[in-house]
Amino acid sequence: MLIQEYGPLKGQMLQIMDENGVIQKPHLVPELSDQEWLELYKAMLLTRSADNKALQLQRQGRMLTYAPNTGQEAAQVGPAAAMGKQDWLVPAFRELGAWLHRGVDLKTVYLYWYGNEYGSHFAEGVKVLPIAVPIGTQVHHAVGIAMASSIKGEDDVTVTYIGDGGTSTGDFSEALNFAGVFNAPVVFIVQNNQYAISVSRQKQTKAETLVQKAVAAGIPGILVDGNDLFAMYAAAKDAIDRARLGGGPTLIEAYTYRLGAHTTSDDPTKYREDSEVAEWQPKDPLLRMKAYLINKGVWSEEQDAALSDEYGEYALAVFREVEEEGDPQLEDLFKYNFREMPAHLREQYEQYVQYLEGKVK
Amino acid sequence: MALMNLITAINHTLDLAMAQDESVVVFGEDVGLEGGVFRATVGLQEKYGQQRCFDTPLAESAIVGSAIGMAVNGLRPVAEIQFSGFVYPAFNQIISHVARMRNRTRGQRTLPLVIRMPHGGGIRALEHHSESLDTFFGHIPGLKVVVPSTPYDAKGLLLAAIRDDDPVMFLEPSKIYRAFRQEVPEEDYTIPIGKAKVLKPGTDLTVVSWGAYIHEVLKAEQILQEEGIDLEIIDLRTISPIDRDTIIESVQKTGRFVVVHEAARSFGPGAELITLVNEGAFLHLEAPPTRLAGFDITIPLPRGEHHYFLDAQRIANGIRQVAHF
Ligand SMILES: Cc1ncc(C[n+]2csc(CCOP(=O)(O)OP(=O)(O)O)c2C)c(N)n1
Repeated sequence: MLIQEYGPLKGQMLQIMDENGVIQKPHLVPELSDQEWLELYKAMLLTRSADNKALQLQRQGRMLTYAPNTGQEAAQVGPAAAMGKQDWLVPAFRELGAWLHRGVDLKTVYLYWYGNEYGSHFAEGVKVLPIAVPIGTQVHHAVGIAMASSIKGEDDVTVTYIGDGGTSTGDFSEALNFAGVFNAPVVFIVQNNQYAISVSRQKQTKAETLVQKAVAAGIPGILVDGNDLFAMYAAAKDAIDRARLGGGPTLIEAYTYRLGAHTTSDDPTKYREDSEVAEWQPKDPLLRMKAYLINKGVWSEEQDAALSDEYGEYALAVFREVEEEGDPQLEDLFKYNFREMPAHLREQYEQYVQYLEGKVK
Repeated sequence: MALMNLITAINHTLDLAMAQDESVVVFGEDVGLEGGVFRATVGLQEKYGQQRCFDTPLAESAIVGSAIGMAVNGLRPVAEIQFSGFVYPAFNQIISHVARMRNRTRGQRTLPLVIRMPHGGGIRALEHHSESLDTFFGHIPGLKVVVPSTPYDAKGLLLAAIRDDDPVMFLEPSKIYRAFRQEVPEEDYTIPIGKAKVLKPGTDLTVVSWGAYIHEVLKAEQILQEEGIDLEIIDLRTISPIDRDTIIESVQKTGRFVVVHEAARSFGPGAELITLVNEGAFLHLEAPPTRLAGFDITIPLPRGEHHYFLDAQRIANGIRQVAHF
């Protein structure tokens, strides 16, 4: 059990593959084939390509605000891949890799950042909640979903995300406590990307690690190299399996770095040194995984460049569809607050339609 | 005098207040090192140090709750909430304590604090970044609620708010943070809280609005002036306590009343204002007092938000109907 070795107070971080893509702890590598690891790498690459395309489109004024994921792909794809088909995902707002892997299509994601409510409307059967913009609020929902699974006697596990900033909210502490008290089958993943907009992790809490917050709630926790796909997968799998067998919640701190800006409205040079970013650049989870796969002989730089281009083109094509269809239907703005539109609201809607048609002078 | 926009005027005012009074402290998320996501507090940490201008962890309840403690203990905290849509975690503190401490202690403990926040929409931002909360705060006994519409007013009102011995919710229309610049005197002046301003006298119809919408109303006035409708325009400036006299006096003169606000229509500030007008000027009315407000819907995401927010045309259209009633 990983948790025993890497508990919050052990002062250790789980790392399986080092920063050069070399496996250092072979006995901990989860049992997937190289072909399967390659598929997960491709999922990270797709995330990166879709991210880069969104940023490019935003700079052209075609996408609204966008929150990039660059550098955090392993912390997203690893746990998503470790989930079972029936499991729930409750995101914060910076988990593109996890959403895509859990069946949210890129078009829907782009539609969200394009500013259309249908960006929160997922295909039937996708057990993923929409983005929660108010920081910290979503973790309660995850606990509730997990409690419902227990109450109903089902063995679904719920995985939820939060940022390092989010761990300062009351909601986060309350949710850990609830999860512990009700032994909820839920896995909390903190993407500690070292910043909450401009506020560094050091200023967010005096606690040495974020994972130690599990201790007070009486639940297991594990600190993981969030840029190591193997470690993220392994830790999440361990926690999910335990939750499914009735072992209750786990807190995972994915130690990672936001290589890009907070959002496209943010200028990180105002609050952090380029040298710090440069230090993290070589730890990029994609570089590490690519090195591993090339070493294994299942991938090459040429294939990588080609697939990256292909994904970029795919992302652009998806966005073009969004641009074509992305404006909401007027009635949609009115008709979803209730199952049936109340009379006063229908009147507001109809009067506005008349105004738009030029019938009101 | 210097040319300032709304955000630079706020920055300048905070600077002035901190220079004059050591008990003024400024804090919130991203407020210190970065100087605020809208740059309202830029340079203040450098100038006054980390004790007086600082970043907090991400916890609105703690931001407001600790401001209460600081105010009890002799400081004049000016807390920033990053967007009005993120003030909800602090509602418990605001409603249960900020608004009640004076009354609860029969005047013994007072809370001279200001809670600032970008307010309202129309900036094509993500969900929860466009909320108009004047209704919520205006409803709570014990809170003063201010919404400036110009850089000049923002300075005078913010200084008044900081010096006020009661808590003030200071709602800054983010849409006009950088919309235009205005001459703002460098020296100290205040604008009384609770006083509306007649922006333009007129004879035919009284329009009350505030914040970003004032500027749409002024554009609508141009359209209607050409049609021979002469508006009296009042910038409410303070939502609570409301300047009843200025409004009643105006409606007694014009006989027609329209209130224009961003918040959703039902149970919004318009309902309160129309009630005031009915109570104070009923026998002078020549048309039903009317509200032009947001639809009773969740504020749409950016692709649809233009349907929610009123522009000058829609405002002129609504006013025209009351004028011709
Ligand atoms: C309750 C609340 N307060 C403030 C904000 C504004 N805000 C958006 S993201 C953010 C920082 C979040 O940091 P973190 O939780 O570390 O996640 P990250 O952005 O790093 O992914 C802030 C302050 C918000 N969305 N919700």
